Amino acid sequence: MKMMNCPLNGLRNISEFVYGGEVKSMPDHVTCSDKEWADYVFYSENTIRVVMEWWFHSPSGYWFIAERHTASDEILNTYDPSERFNERVEFDSAAAVTEEKRA
Amino acid sequence: MPFSLLKYGLKNDYPFEKDADLPSPTELKKHYDVIIIGGGGHGVATAYYLAKYHGINNIAILEKGYLGGGNTARNTAVIRSNYLTSEGVKFYKESVDMFQGLSNEFDFNIMYSSRGQLTLAHTDATVRSFRQRTEVNTHFGGKTELIDPQQIQELVPTLNMNPADMPILAGLWHIDGATARHDAVAWGYAKGATQRGVELHQLTEVTDVIVENGKAKGVKTNRGEVSCGCIVQAVAGHSSIVAAMAGIKMPITTYPLQAMVTQPVKPFLDPLVSSSALHCYVQQTGRGEMVFGGGSDPYPLYNTRSTLDLKESLLASAVEMFPFMANLKLMRQWAGITDMTSDYSPIMGLSPVENYYLDAGWGTWGFKSTPICGKSMAELVASGGKVPELIAPFAMDRFDEFRQVNEMGATAASH
Ligand SMILES: Cc1cc2nc3c(=O)[nH]c(=O)nc-3n(C[C@H](O)[C@H](O)[C@H](O)COP(=O)(O)OP(=O)(O)OC[C@H]3O[C@@H](n4cnc5c(N)ncnc54)[C@H](O)[C@@H]3O)c2cc1C
Repeated sequence: MKMMNCPLNGLRNISEFVYGGEVKSMPDHVTCSDKEWADYVFYSENTIRVVMEWWFHSPSGYWFIAERHTASDEILNTYDPSERFNERVEFDSAAAVTEEKRA
Repeated sequence: MPFSLLKYGLKNDYPFEKDADLPSPTELKKHYDVIIIGGGGHGVATAYYLAKYHGINNIAILEKGYLGGGNTARNTAVIRSNYLTSEGVKFYKESVDMFQGLSNEFDFNIMYSSRGQLTLAHTDATVRSFRQRTEVNTHFGGKTELIDPQQIQELVPTLNMNPADMPILAGLWHIDGATARHDAVAWGYAKGATQRGVELHQLTEVTDVIVENGKAKGVKTNRGEVSCGCIVQAVAGHSSIVAAMAGIKMPITTYPLQAMVTQPVKPFLDPLVSSSALHCYVQQTGRGEMVFGGGSDPYPLYNTRSTLDLKESLLASAVEMFPFMANLKLMRQWAGITDMTSDYSPIMGLSPVENYYLDAGWGTWGFKSTPICGKSMAELVASGGKVPELIAPFAMDRFDEFRQVNEMGATAASH
């Protein structure tokens, strides 16, 4: 079976992992247009090259980033998301802002 | 050995040459009214209907490999219309009707075989959704019934009624379900199209799309540059890649889909049988082989390699359904790369680029739509971009407006 190197658990069978989509930058969900949000949710590059992707180690509930070639299936690198993301996105406060706007 | 066969064997010319052959390759012209990228079933069907119904025959089909060598050659040939949404059922129903007349229309046998498709329910929730699908299908003129376990056993005596300890509660019996020889469909359309003047250029890869001021003007290929009035792209698994050449981003992810076939055995299974819970479908071909298919690979990839994981999981389910098949030997295994949308419905119609039309997002279920999709795309092209009502719900911008056509439950496991 194909193996993947989980940054938290080491080398594991690929069947323990769940694919989570391309890493893309999220637009500001409070101020962005519907089209921008749709673009973020549904559209993707879906191309042939090394791509940065979200992966999930299901038994331990751990999300991380992998760099993988989408034709050869070679996994070049895996690492903890903190290497790319260091700010927390607060959805609660955003929801509150939207509620305020409505009221 | 019959002497007539020996006589043909010694003759120089092939007896059926004038019937069987496509025209010999020609040089690419400088300009065509319509360029179709992709010589799969969809591309050649679109060309055929443009020439047949709209008198447009200055058309080039550009195919990077060979005619019908993509997913058209790789599918498991299930034809059915028992989907869930009104938009879907209405569309697929027309395709099933058209399939029934294709052999006559082509004067070429596409081996259409109407044996019915049975989908099994193992939970109450599935039974409820089957009830809904029966109603929707019947409403649009399809033949579909909800049947009970006893009727299922009469229909398929060899089926294990308690596969993987999940008792079969009911079945969605789609009497219109059928198969056809997939290659023959592409060949029939190609023959009909080329006889009407359409040019099929195999080994011709589109490497770039020329767009000026938001309008499609032509393509670059490995055989030079060609200008055109408009372009239709019908490249299945490569949809995102080709669309990107025209500067278009698509709501598509490309996944491999694998299937496999066993050695031939005596005929014992007439209907196509699929299980909604085991994600497995089984059918016997006219040659006696058992064909197995199931869900897509678990993550995206542009690669038609085969995996042991898929063989193990799929065959485990198949053997649960028909235990005696455990003794059969696998003969072939293959894969295609499929263009999946998140609502499991296709994308047909206009694109952000003028004169550039999309026929994509067919994922794991697009063989059955070949006739009606070709006919609808031809109408769209011939009218200069007036979207036929039948395909309007499948426009790409449905994703921008959050009005998807959700067929996931009706598509995922039975193609
Ligand atoms: C294993 C498997 C089982 C399936 N089972 C079923 C089923 O039972 N029922 C069903 O209805 N559907 C099924 N499908 C789906 C079905 O096969 C496809 O949706 C359908 O064949 C798509 O047809 P097409 O003509 O659009 O694509 P294709 O037949 O793939 O044709 C596209 C063509 O475009 C060409 N191309 C790509 N890029 C370029 C380029 N740059 N330049 C020139 N040409 C290019 C390719 O070479 C290819 O020949 C299955 C698919 C697979 C893989």
